[in-house]
Amino acid sequence: MLGRGKYDELMADALAGNSSPTTWEYSPAPETVPVVIPDQTQLYVGGKFVEPRSKKRFATINPATEATLSQIADGDASDIDAAVSAARKALKPWGKLPASERAKYLYRIARRIQERARELAILESMDGGKPIKESRDVDIPLAAQHFFHHAGWCDKLRYAMPGTREPRPVGVCGQIIPWNFPLLMAAWKLAPALACGNTVVLKPAETTSLTAMRLAEILQECELPPGVVNIVTGAGATGKALVDHAGVDKIAFTGSTEVGKQIAKACAARGTRLTLELGGKSANIIFADAAIDQAIEGIVQGIWFNQGHVCCAGSRLFVEESILLEVTRKLEMRMKTLRVGDPLDKNTDIGAINSKQQLAIIERYIAAGSNEGCTVCQPSEQALPAKGYWCRPTFMTGVQPAHIVAREEIFGPVLAVMSFRTPEEAISRANNSPYGLAAGIWTEKGSKMFDVARRLQAGVVWCNTYNQFDATSPFGGFKESGFGREGGMQGLAAYLSE
Amino acid sequence: MNEQDRLAVLKTWKLFIKGGFPRSESGRTLPLNDSKGALVAHLSHASRKDLREAIESARAAFPGWSGNTAYLRSQIIYRLAEMLEGRRLDLTDAIRCTSGVSRKKAEVEVIAAIDRTVSWAGWCDKFPMVLGSRNPVAGPYHNFSMPEASGVCVVVQGVAAQHSLLGFLSLVLPPLCTGNTVVAIANTEHPLGALLISETAPTADIPAGAFNVITGDAAELAGWVASHRDVDSIHAIANEKIASQLRAGAAENLKRVQILPVDEDFTDTDRWTNPRRLAPFVEIKTVWHPSAV
Repeated sequence: MLGRGKYDELMADALAGNSSPTTWEYSPAPETVPVVIPDQTQLYVGGKFVEPRSKKRFATINPATEATLSQIADGDASDIDAAVSAARKALKPWGKLPASERAKYLYRIARRIQERARELAILESMDGGKPIKESRDVDIPLAAQHFFHHAGWCDKLRYAMPGTREPRPVGVCGQIIPWNFPLLMAAWKLAPALACGNTVVLKPAETTSLTAMRLAEILQECELPPGVVNIVTGAGATGKALVDHAGVDKIAFTGSTEVGKQIAKACAARGTRLTLELGGKSANIIFADAAIDQAIEGIVQGIWFNQGHVCCAGSRLFVEESILLEVTRKLEMRMKTLRVGDPLDKNTDIGAINSKQQLAIIERYIAAGSNEGCTVCQPSEQALPAKGYWCRPTFMTGVQPAHIVAREEIFGPVLAVMSFRTPEEAISRANNSPYGLAAGIWTEKGSKMFDVARRLQAGVVWCNTYNQFDATSPFGGFKESGFGREGGMQGLAAYLSE
Repeated sequence: MNEQDRLAVLKTWKLFIKGGFPRSESGRTLPLNDSKGALVAHLSHASRKDLREAIESARAAFPGWSGNTAYLRSQIIYRLAEMLEGRRLDLTDAIRCTSGVSRKKAEVEVIAAIDRTVSWAGWCDKFPMVLGSRNPVAGPYHNFSMPEASGVCVVVQGVAAQHSLLGFLSLVLPPLCTGNTVVAIANTEHPLGALLISETAPTADIPAGAFNVITGDAAELAGWVASHRDVDSIHAIANEKIASQLRAGAAENLKRVQILPVDEDFTDTDRWTNPRRLAPFVEIKTVWHPSAV
């Protein structure tokens, strides 16, 4: 903890514009629990671990070291077909089980995730790049909670759907998940689907399949009936095969808006039920009457949590003009204390960028911002590791609404800072986007907070906080950020027949 | 030495108050006979002071228990189910001892009781969604209604000839899961299931005082419960005499009272996993806030 005197001194410096380099000396605090990672993985189909038909595999690496962790099975269309058949076969017996029995499988899974939490957290950080602090304190606990909460819904579905005596499942669900919260996204997809009596074929992201395969082991441990969940790893082609398969009754996709639209077209052709959770360019709005220091933490939480690889990241900052200088100075000072580095070090705040491709995308956007006339600020002076994919926390000032960096989703630790004068201006500019996933509002005045929340076109509005998630809280976007909700009572609807 | 020659180590079942197991401060006990009339154990015969002690400990535990996240409460109740699963044989014997029912019948009841516990664990973090609402008032206000635990609930199991274990849990779980703290008066003739649950509760991480179990003379205790001013609700199954005693006393400070008829069928799963069972033990709080400047 920083002593009060030192903090005041630094704050005074920051406000005066003296950016004295602050090197925070931390002793290394590496997570040392060893995790066994197999040299290669298989597919999980019909309750068994099986070889991919093609016998092909692709490497998954640790983005912090560039070392290969394992060879991941590359599922093709015939593997998808086998998985869909297994899911179809398992559907009737799964549906015939009393709901209270179905619940007990999900409770078992929740418990095993809790009990293997450490192993899962370390694996998640190694495969995806996120700091151990986040996988340990956010991803894994939320994944366990998701299963725990949904286990309890199995025998209570009629209360979630007023007027329906006994809600029925949709059928075989194809689910495609992204690389930013691999295990958590698997939980967000599997838990409600299973709670409602559906069976699933899950396609994890190609750069982050390891925790999904560890989850498959857990499902086997919990004696989940064969075929209820099937996991087919692979890349884009594997996902496409799943979307195009005529035997799938419902598709759920979390990923980019671009791919989401392609999937929507494919599903439209067959009338397949669909939910999408896509990109965002969420506005984080700070009013002059906000608790500024808390708002600074909120900004950090909004854009640099998980390296900014968050669909609902508060990537557009709108600051009321009168406090713009104070906010930018304090932000700059705060950013110097953020530690970028080894995801397995418990002191690390910002881990590795998930892949070389994603880093290239982020760097192109930073260059674009600079070319457009924005001022790019990367206050951190910390040395970065020689290997791995790193991006220092970045913000840009002098951003105009028409700039690329104000309009397009960067999906990295890059914040576009803009100012406003009136609430109407903030609201109108926040809404001026094809996206509508989330928003943040910082003000101490309750009526203003609710007034603005009411007028923002966003599926999740965080007031005086940011990036809060809970299994009971429905999550999803307006407009081109997708449709459908995940979590809570409202999230069940997508997995029940109409 | 074989079973017949060996002298059994008998025990007196103690009260369960504030996470511990005291005997009655009155020193009194009651005999417990099995279904054939043979003496099998003694129960503590709770006094008015014991009851007051239990209610005080429930009151003290209320801020903590109701202040826990719903998720934590659901995990603790699920842990209770996990621990009871490990005691299936004991619970089966407990039921058979005083009721004389077949092993098969007793096993069916034990399974139902454990599954009932799992089901109620799942209500902890869901009932506010079903019983609460955001109300579209005709003005610029956010208005939401939230069900909150009312406080201390006294459970009175006056009748337990059928399904003593399942009945006990069905009375206790709705108030407990919503965040109320409970003082449960077990049935005097068929208390063993309840007493085993009291011994299991500390191993399920139920915080001390959140759940208390006492045994004694039902009519005696009912009178004291009815007039106790620091009880918020009563959940009971009782004959007409005790029922009217409870209702009359409750009227003095408007305790919320839910009394079930003596022929209540606790095996009706639909009815006994319905969230309406917990409605008497929550208060609806409606909060307004301007939604326009």
